Amino acid sequence: MGGRDSTLVLLDENGIRCDGRKVDEPRRIMIKAGGLKNADGSAYIEFGDNKILVGVFGPRDVHPKHMSNTDTGILRVRYHMEPFSVTERKNPAPSRREIEISKVIKEALEPAVMLEKFPRTAVDVFIEVLQADGGTRCAALSAASVALADAGIPMRDMVASCAAGKAADTIILDVNNEEDQAGQADMPIGYMPSLEKITLLQLDGVLTPAEYKKCVETGIHGCKIVYELQKKALNDKYFGNGEK
Amino acid sequence: MASTTVIDELKKSQIIELLEQGKRIDGRSLDEHRPLVIEINAIPKANGSARVRLGETEVICGVKIQPDRPFPDMGDKGIFICTAELLPLSHPSVETGPPGPDVIELARVVDRGIRESHMIDLSKLVILKNKSVIGVFADNVVVDYDGNLFDACSYAATAAVLSSKTPKWEMKDDVPTLVEGGESTLPTNTIPVSVTMGKIGNYIIVDPNGDEWNSMDARITITTDSNGNICALQKGGSNGFSFEEIIKCGELSVKVGATIREKLKQATKGGK
Repeated sequence: MGGRDSTLVLLDENGIRCDGRKVDEPRRIMIKAGGLKNADGSAYIEFGDNKILVGVFGPRDVHPKHMSNTDTGILRVRYHMEPFSVTERKNPAPSRREIEISKVIKEALEPAVMLEKFPRTAVDVFIEVLQADGGTRCAALSAASVALADAGIPMRDMVASCAAGKAADTIILDVNNEEDQAGQADMPIGYMPSLEKITLLQLDGVLTPAEYKKCVETGIHGCKIVYELQKKALNDKYFGNGEK
Repeated sequence: MASTTVIDELKKSQIIELLEQGKRIDGRSLDEHRPLVIEINAIPKANGSARVRLGETEVICGVKIQPDRPFPDMGDKGIFICTAELLPLSHPSVETGPPGPDVIELARVVDRGIRESHMIDLSKLVILKNKSVIGVFADNVVVDYDGNLFDACSYAATAAVLSSKTPKWEMKDDVPTLVEGGESTLPTNTIPVSVTMGKIGNYIIVDPNGDEWNSMDARITITTDSNGNICALQKGGSNGFSFEEIIKCGELSVKVGATIREKLKQATKGGK
């Protein structure tokens, strides 16, 4: 963040990034639907070196009761990082960052989930970051959508998510940890590809209005790549040669 | 503020009816912010301060400047931290206790806007590299609530920082020691301005008031710097934006931001 000086070459003269990717190439992405026995729906994602597990429960009774809404179901999201997920041990108590990310992921999923069909109930989404390497909120959101679909909860669309950003004065797709630390801007995007709606959008870093437009376009392109993999994950579980 | 009452529902249908005729509930045009009153040096004991009224929303920000240890990976930079708190006297629904997700988001979005614009030149706030740096703490308290705390807190913090005077310290016997008469303004590069827009139906409105805030489908806060570049952004609320709306909000934030930046400059001219 903030263009700190570094000996790291973010983009070489051939347009290749520090981890060998092209500017418009995402990291390796692997999404698996299901996997947890007790959860109503679950998903596991590997997004570069990020490893994230998501479990979904519900619609179920709301505790505490006063949180329930007679008009609609409610969505609750907990994003949590394991103490061993980052280089220096993280205090296991929820940090302010985790509380904010939980909130933005919840608000990114809400437009997609048909909660109004389940008044007085709650859908709980538990996100556990087992290993973090930049872009966890995007990977977590993508996996959470798959887990919700796996739980059989009616949805208007999937929410696919990917970040775009700026490093070495170039707009890049899927910002990794080094690029986030040493780069110039990071813009996570959550997108409903069929409804063409942006449901998560954050930015830190400086962009000109032209770069801003390019950055949103690049991010949406990344979301569409993730979307195909989300569909494939569900397809593999329910129609393919995956387990069960 | 999170709970909606029957009155809110009635107001919401009125707000939407008016928007269909191109009007707002308080008579503003869609891209017009509420009257902004900035009073600097409201708290003389602070190193810098501002009291900001944005319509009926009122925020006080005080800046305290003191020596601190640098962050382990930032030994050559000073520290800037901005917080925000909702006081129980600001609204009947506010209770004492640890901040909820809304308030945590508020504080982090306000902090991020100022931080990412590189408003304060932190490299000039080093007393001794890796040992001692100057910390700038901008604490916002909301004293009256009528929607859009994001912008009110952001303007208060920016005005307070612009009007701040920092004391001078030198290392003596390994302790930062105050140098008498060494006061100077904080080294700043740019003036960040956040502009929060609400989406109600298909309408985008600038600076939603309390009633509009309760009726919004989604919101977006965009911070721009003095060069008209976008430096921070946060989308919130339980709905989405189309690509065209996101671009339009970007343009609005530059346009509205420029007029507010002039007001901030006027109000803080001369400093403390």
